[in-house]
Amino acid sequence: MVDPGWYMALAGALFLIGALGLLIRRNALVMFMCIELMLNAVNLTLISAGRALNDINGQVAVFFILVVAAAEVVVGLAIIVAIFRLRASASVDELSELKG
Amino acid sequence: MLTWLVLLPVAGAIVVLLTPRARQELHLPLGIALSILPLGLALYVFGVFEPQAQMQMTELHTWYEPWGITWNLGIDGISMPMVVLTTILVPVALGASTKITTRTKEFVVYTLLLEAGMIGVFVSLDLFLFFVFFEAILIPMYFIIGIWGSERRIYAAMKFFIYTAFGSALMLAGIIALAVLHNEQVGSPSFALADLSGLDLSIGAERWLFAAFALAFAIKVPVFPLHTWLPDAHTEAPTAGSILLAGVMLKLGTYGLLRFNLLLFPEASVDAIWIMGILAVIGIVYGAAVAIVQPDLKKLVAYSSVSHLGFIVLGTFALTSGGLQGAVIQNVNHGLTTGALFLLVGMIYERRHTKQISEFGGLQKVMPVFAGFFLFMIFASIGLPGLNGFVGEFLVLIGSFTTLPTLAIIAASGVILAAIYLLWAYERVFTGVPDKEENETLTDLSVREVSLLAPLATLVLLLGLYPNILLDKIAPSTEAILDRIEASTDYVVPPPGRLGDVFVAGEEDE
Amino acid sequence: MVEFLWIIIALPLAGAVFLHFFGRYLREPLSGWLASAAVGGSFAFAVAAAMPFLQGGEHAETLLLWEWMPAIGANLEILWDPLSALMVLIVTGVGFLIHVFAIGYMHGDERFHRFFTNLNLFAASMLTLVLAGNYAMLFLGWELVGLCSYLLIGFWYVRAAPPPAAKKAFVVNRIGDFGLMVGLMIVFSAFGTLSYSGIFERAGAELTTGVATAVGLLFLLGAAGKSAQIPLYVWLPDAMEGPTPVSALIHAATMVTAGVYLIARSAAIYELSTVAQITVATVGALTALWAASIALAQRDIKKVLAYSTVSQLGYMFLAVGTTAYVAGIFHLMTHAFFKALLFLGAGSVIHAMSDEQDMHKMGGLLKKMPVTGWTMAIATLAIAGIPPLAGFWSKDEILGSAFARGGWFSALWVIGLVTALLTAFYMTRQWVMVFLGEPRWDEDKHPHESPAVMTFPLVVLAVLSVVGGLINTPFRLTLEHFLEPAFEMVSMQRPPEGWAMFALLAGLSVLAGLAGAAAAFLTYRQPEQGWRGFETGFEPLWGTWEGAYHVDDIYGRVIVAPGRKAAEAAAFAVDLPVIDGAVNGVARVVRGVGDWARPLQTGFVRNYGALLLAGTVTVVIWLVVGS
Repeated sequence: MVDPGWYMALAGALFLIGALGLLIRRNALVMFMCIELMLNAVNLTLISAGRALNDINGQVAVFFILVVAAAEVVVGLAIIVAIFRLRASASVDELSELKG
Repeated sequence: MLTWLVLLPVAGAIVVLLTPRARQELHLPLGIALSILPLGLALYVFGVFEPQAQMQMTELHTWYEPWGITWNLGIDGISMPMVVLTTILVPVALGASTKITTRTKEFVVYTLLLEAGMIGVFVSLDLFLFFVFFEAILIPMYFIIGIWGSERRIYAAMKFFIYTAFGSALMLAGIIALAVLHNEQVGSPSFALADLSGLDLSIGAERWLFAAFALAFAIKVPVFPLHTWLPDAHTEAPTAGSILLAGVMLKLGTYGLLRFNLLLFPEASVDAIWIMGILAVIGIVYGAAVAIVQPDLKKLVAYSSVSHLGFIVLGTFALTSGGLQGAVIQNVNHGLTTGALFLLVGMIYERRHTKQISEFGGLQKVMPVFAGFFLFMIFASIGLPGLNGFVGEFLVLIGSFTTLPTLAIIAASGVILAAIYLLWAYERVFTGVPDKEENETLTDLSVREVSLLAPLATLVLLLGLYPNILLDKIAPSTEAILDRIEASTDYVVPPPGRLGDVFVAGEEDE
Repeated sequence: MVEFLWIIIALPLAGAVFLHFFGRYLREPLSGWLASAAVGGSFAFAVAAAMPFLQGGEHAETLLLWEWMPAIGANLEILWDPLSALMVLIVTGVGFLIHVFAIGYMHGDERFHRFFTNLNLFAASMLTLVLAGNYAMLFLGWELVGLCSYLLIGFWYVRAAPPPAAKKAFVVNRIGDFGLMVGLMIVFSAFGTLSYSGIFERAGAELTTGVATAVGLLFLLGAAGKSAQIPLYVWLPDAMEGPTPVSALIHAATMVTAGVYLIARSAAIYELSTVAQITVATVGALTALWAASIALAQRDIKKVLAYSTVSQLGYMFLAVGTTAYVAGIFHLMTHAFFKALLFLGAGSVIHAMSDEQDMHKMGGLLKKMPVTGWTMAIATLAIAGIPPLAGFWSKDEILGSAFARGGWFSALWVIGLVTALLTAFYMTRQWVMVFLGEPRWDEDKHPHESPAVMTFPLVVLAVLSVVGGLINTPFRLTLEHFLEPAFEMVSMQRPPEGWAMFALLAGLSVLAGLAGAAAAFLTYRQPEQGWRGFETGFEPLWGTWEGAYHVDDIYGRVIVAPGRKAAEAAAFAVDLPVIDGAVNGVARVVRGVGDWARPLQTGFVRNYGALLLAGTVTVVIWLVVGS
C-alpha cells in the first residue's frame, strides 16, 4: 500500500497548479478548467484520507462534490458560451462590469 | 390534515403557473376558486376543533434528523382562529384585485404562496420550520408591494423587507441558541417547541433570548417605536397587499409574542410586562394621535393599526385570562375590520386614483352603500359594543387592569382618540355636498364589491354579539399558558385575573 | 312571562333590520307605521310583563340570553325589576308617541324609511341599556344609543352643520365613556364580575370607601357625558341639528336620562361614598343653574329647550346625588312627558314655519295653531312647577329631599329654588314669544296647524303632563311603593315629614315658579321694543348668556387646538423626522460603509482569486503554526 502522504502531496501539487493557472491565465475557459483541477485535488485528499482513516464519509462527500461540480460546469460553461457569443472573446479582463 | 392545509395553496399556485400566460382573464377567477379550497378545509378544521388545551391534529415527520429538525404541525386555540382568518382574507384580497392587469398570473401565484406561508407559520410547532415559513412570507409580499404598488413602491418594499428581515436574523440566532442549549442539556439538538419549552435556562440567558425573539416580533407587530415601515408599506402596497399585510402579517408578531415568548421564556416575560406594557400603551396613544392628522386615508388606517395592535400587546403581557383571550380574539377582529377598511379605501382609490382625504367630500350622497359599509367598519374599529372590536378591546382593558392598572387606564383613553380620528375622517370624506366634479359621478359599489364586504361585515357582527364561537375554543389554550407561567415562575395572576376567579351571577343557585 | 322578555328588545330591532333591507320598497307612511307598531308592541308587552309588580309579585327576575364574554363575567342577560320596567315603559310609551309624530314630521323626506330604521334601532338600543342585567350589557346599550344619536343628529348629512354636531356628540360622549370604562375596570377587579346581582349584594361588605368613591366619580363622568352635565354638556345644544323628533326622543326623553338611570342603578355603590353623592348632587345643581341661565337668552326655539333639558337633567342628578332615587326617577318620567311634548310642539311650530327656528321671527302663532299652542302651554306650566301639573310634584320632591338632607345640600336646595324661578321665566318667555304678540314672521311663511298624526301625540303627552305627577304625591306614593324593591338595599332620602313642612316648601317653589312666569309674561307681552329693551338692559350679562358663556370657544382654545397641535407635532415633528429618520439614518450609515468598501470590487476575476488564495494560505499557515 502506498503511503497516503504521497496522495496528499500529489493533491497539493494539483491544487497549486490549478491555483496558479487561475491567477495567470485570462481565458475564462482555461480558468474554469483550473477550478475543476482544484476541486479534484480536494476530492483526492478526501478519498485518500477516507481510505487511510477507514471512514466511508470521505468518499460520500466526494460524490456530493462531483454532483455539485457537474451542476456547476453546466451553469458555468453555459455562461461562458453566452458571453463568448456576445463578445467574441473569452478574456476575463474585459469583463469588469461588476467593478464597484 | 394541516399539511394539506399548507400545501393546498402551493398546489393552487402550481395550477395557476401551468395556465398559459396569454389567458390573462382566467388567472384571477382561477386563483379565487383555488383559494376557496383552503377556506373550506380551514372551516372543517374549525368545525372539528375540540376546545381543549393540547395541540390538535398534530403531524410529525422527520426532516433533518442530525439537527433534530422536523415537519411538526399542530393547531390549538391560539393558532386556529388565525388560520381561519387567513383563509378568509385571501379570497377577499384576490377578489379585490380586479384592477391588477399587468402580470396577473404572477400576482395570483405570489398571493397563493403567501397564503401557504402564513398558514405554515401558524401551524408550525418546530421553531426551525416556523422560521422558514416566517421568512418565506417576506418574498411574495416583497414582490407584491414592489411590482404592483404605487409610486414609491420600491422604497417601501425594500424598507419592509430589510426591516423585518433584520429582526428575524436576531431571532434565528435565538432559535439556534435554544437548539444548542437543548443539545447540551439533553444530548441531542431539537427545534421542537415542546422540547424547547422544557429547557432549564438561566435567567440571564432567558432575558437575552427573550429580547431576540421580542425584537423580531415587535418589528412585525409593529410595536412603537419600530413601526415606521408600516405606513410606508401600507400606503404603497396594492389593496390585496394591504389587506393581507394588516389582516395577517402583523398578527405574526403578536402571535409570536404569545406563542413563543410567553411559552419559552416565562421568567423573562414576567419581568418584561412593564416594558412591553408601556411600549404597547405608547403605541396606542401615539398611533392614534398621529392618525388624527394624516392627510392620506391609507396612512390613517395604517396608524390606527399601530394603535389597535397596542391593545393586543398590552393584553398579551397583562398575563390574565381576559387579557390573553382579548389579545387572541383581537387578532381576528383587527384582521377583519382593518382588512375591510383597506378594502374600502382600495375601492375608492380604484374610482378616484387618490387616497387624499381632502380630495373627497359628500360621497355619502353619491355612494350610499359604500358609505354605509365604511361607517359600519369605522364603528367596528372604534370599538362599538355589539361589533367585534369592542370584545377584544374590552377584554384586554378589563383583563389588564388587574395587573397593570395605570397602563390600562391610559390605554382606555385610546377609545376617545379612535372616535376622533375615524369620525373626523368620515365627516370629511362622506358628509356635506359633493363639491368636486369628479366626485359627483362616482358609481356605488358593484355586486362583486358588496359580496366581498358582506361576509366580513357579517363576521364583524357575529363576533361582536356571540364571540363565544371563538372564545370557547381560545380559552383552554390561553389558560394553559397562564398555568405554565404560574408553574414555572413565582408569578401568580392576581385575582380576579383567572377564569376561575370570575363570579357569574346565578351560578351558585344551581 | 319572563322568558319572553327578549321580545321587548327584539321587536324594534326586527323593525330596524327589516326596514334597513326592505324599507325602500315600502311606500312612505307604511315604514313609519311599521316602526311605530314595533315600539308600540314592545310597550304593550312591557305593560303585561310589569303587571306582577303592581300586584306585589316577584320583585326581580333575570333571563340569560347567551354568554358574551365569560372571562369577565359578562353575559347578555335581562334584569326585570320595577326600575327597569318603569324605564321600559317610559322609553316605549313616549317613544311610540314620538314615532307616530315623526310620520307627519318627516313627510316628504327622501330618506323617510332610513329615519325610522335608525329610530327603531335606537329604541332597541335604549331598551338594551335599561334591561341589562350587568354593566357590560348596559355598556352595550350605552354605546349603541350613542351610535344612534350620532346617526340621527347627522341624519341630514348634506347640510353643513349636522355632521360636525354628530361627531362632537359622539366624541364628547366617548370622554364620558372613558370614565365609565375605567369605573367598570375597577368594579371588575374588585368583584370579579360585572353582574348587578353579584356586585350589589357584596358591595357593602367588600368595597372600601375609597374604591367606592373612585367608582362613583368615574361613573359620574360617564353619566355626565351621556346626560349632558358640566363639564360635558356642550354636545347637547349642538345635537339640536338633528330632526326634531330625534331631539324629543333621544335628547330629551330617553337617552340623555341614561346617566340618571346609571347612577340610580348603581345606588348600592353610591351608598358607600358620601363624597360621590355630594359630587353628583353638586354637579347636578350647578348644571341646573348654569344651563337655565343660558336658556334665558336663547333665540332659537330648540336651543331654549336643549338648555332646559340640560338644566332639568341637573335636577335629576341633584336628586340621585341626594339619594332621593325615587324622586330622580319620578322627575325623569314627568320630564319625559313634558319635555317630549315641548320638543314635539316646537317641531310642530318649525314644521308650520317651514324650518324657521328663530323665535324673534315668530309670535302670534296661537291663533294659527291652537292645538300646538295650548298643549305647549300645559307643558310650559308643567315644567315651571305649577301645581297640580306633573312637574310640580317631581320637582318639589327633589327640592324637598335636598332640603331635608340639610348641610351642604341646603345650599343646593337654594340653587334649585333659584333655578325653578329661572325655568319658569325662560319657558314662559318662549311660549309668549312664539304664540302671543304680533306676528313677526317673513311674508313668505304660511303657518298652519299640523296634521292629526302630529297633534295626536301632543294631546296624549299633554294629558300625561297634567296627570302624570299624580302617581307620586305626598298623598299617595304609588311610584315609591312600586320602585321600592329596586332600592331596598340602600337608604333613601325622602322629603321632610309633616304637612306643614310640605306646604312651606311647596309654597316656596310655587312662589318661585309663579314669580318667574309672571315676570316673563309681563315682560314679553309688551310690544317688541319693550322686551328688546329689557334684554339689552341686562348687557353684557345677556350677551354672555346668549353666547352660552362662550364655553365652546374656551374648550376649542384650551383643549381642541392644543390637542390638534400635539397630534401634528407627533406626526410631523416626531414620527417622520425622528423615528423614521433614525431608521433611514441607519440605512444611510450602512450605505456609507458600502460606499467605502466599494473599491475592493475591482471587477477583475484574478484579483478576487488572488485574495481568495491569500486568505486560504493565511488560514492554512495559521492552522499549522497556531496549533
